[in-house]
Amino acid sequence: MSKLLVKEKEIVVPGEVLAEGMDNLPGIGTYRQGEEILAGRLGLTYIDGRTIKLIPLSGKYAPKRNDTIICKVIDINFSGWRVDTNSAYSAMLSMKDGTSAYIQKGADLTQYYALGDYVVAKIVNVTSQKLIDVTMKGPGLHKLKGGRIIQVSCHKVPRIIGKQGSMVSMIKQATGCRVSVGQNGLVWIQGEPDKELLVENTIRKIEEESHLAGLTDRIQKFLEKETGAKLDVSKSSQAPPSPAGGRPKSYAASVRQGDNHGL
Amino acid sequence: MVYKKRKDGRKFDEARKIEAKVGVVKRADGSASFRFGNTWAVAAVYGPRELYPRFLQDPSKGLLRCNYNMMPFSSRGERVRPGGSRRSKEISMVTQKALLPVLNLDEYPNAVVDVFIELPETEAGSRTAGINAASMALADAGLLMKDLVSSVSVGRVDDKIVVDLDYAEESYDDGPVADIPIAILPKSGNVSLLQMDGLVSKDQLKEAVELGKKACAKIYEIQKKALKEKYNVKGDGQ
Repeated sequence: MSKLLVKEKEIVVPGEVLAEGMDNLPGIGTYRQGEEILAGRLGLTYIDGRTIKLIPLSGKYAPKRNDTIICKVIDINFSGWRVDTNSAYSAMLSMKDGTSAYIQKGADLTQYYALGDYVVAKIVNVTSQKLIDVTMKGPGLHKLKGGRIIQVSCHKVPRIIGKQGSMVSMIKQATGCRVSVGQNGLVWIQGEPDKELLVENTIRKIEEESHLAGLTDRIQKFLEKETGAKLDVSKSSQAPPSPAGGRPKSYAASVRQGDNHGL
Repeated sequence: MVYKKRKDGRKFDEARKIEAKVGVVKRADGSASFRFGNTWAVAAVYGPRELYPRFLQDPSKGLLRCNYNMMPFSSRGERVRPGGSRRSKEISMVTQKALLPVLNLDEYPNAVVDVFIELPETEAGSRTAGINAASMALADAGLLMKDLVSSVSVGRVDDKIVVDLDYAEESYDDGPVADIPIAILPKSGNVSLLQMDGLVSKDQLKEAVELGKKACAKIYEIQKKALKEKYNVKGDGQ
């Protein structure tokens, strides 16, 4: 007799029994012990047919292939740049992946990316030993000049981006700021100083209220109140891609993250 | 035969008042506080993060580093000298060993998970409070874990087997005393910490451990509730 012991979207703690019997399959974040399926971390249950999965709610960013992230240049060596990924591991941006310009032997690499610069990069590979390679070649990948960087929980990134990038484009439309959201939880904002602050406050609000229904409406009202201008949402979702290149990335991210959180 | 009633009126198998809260240190990756009466532990978890010095790195798995620290004002008025001591070093080590069996650090080669346990207030049973807080903080940090860890001290005071000794019982003068901190993995019932200080017979020890397992089961429920409370905030429950 197989029995499912949890409901959909239930918070479970490590070691909690999710199902008994062999009819269910352990998905990501869970493990099987004998006849039982147990939670292997703290998370939200997500039942996908016979498979039980756990959606993480907390924790540091785990680098994944094809993620678009915002990183900081922390070191320069012979073969390229070492960048911090806001995870437990730093990544390598090789000279070849960093720029398409011809770099002469012994050239000063700081003219491309100096120490402390932030870049939007894409992860091309992650090995078992967590050696990460990133590239700057691709749509929307660029060096970030000016603006400010804020840090959010990487699990809230799909909320900040919204379905098909709706949330982030609404913020861009309301504030006129350029915004780039990295999947590692770093967000770059550039615009008028007071508007930058408004974007930050809006993102903090999204972070806090991401679990509540009707998030987009509430954020729209909040932005309308703060800016004193009416927002045309239908227009914002068709807005042309910004020069910051946030849109292709956010679109991809929201598609990949899907409706798993189901709001 | 003189220890008939506990000074604070508890039953012999009753722990002191327990309070547990998750997410008390906002900047940390995971945090929790745990209280046994007047013993209060706060744990903060950072990581997985890069591990330096480099010679400590292990390419096959991540490292767990625990640090137990009693605050200078935490004790009974005599200032606890800040910094590590022989005692805190030992407790840091046994805490790490008590927590390690539930953690899966294979996903974090060359990295470290740091656990800092601070004790603002202590009155016996501090290592067990620290382990309870640390186990909740690790779960809060989203680490891969097989189970939580629940811990309590059991022991004997005179002829009685008791749960969660307070300071008065630990320093009971009129008969033999044994203090036995244990940590249990509630799902499997395995023991990950068992220390003993004092005099105890084999049968008493067995009885004490059984009592401890029961007490840990109750603590586990409290830990579970505290963890769920943090994430199950108002609204539609997700």
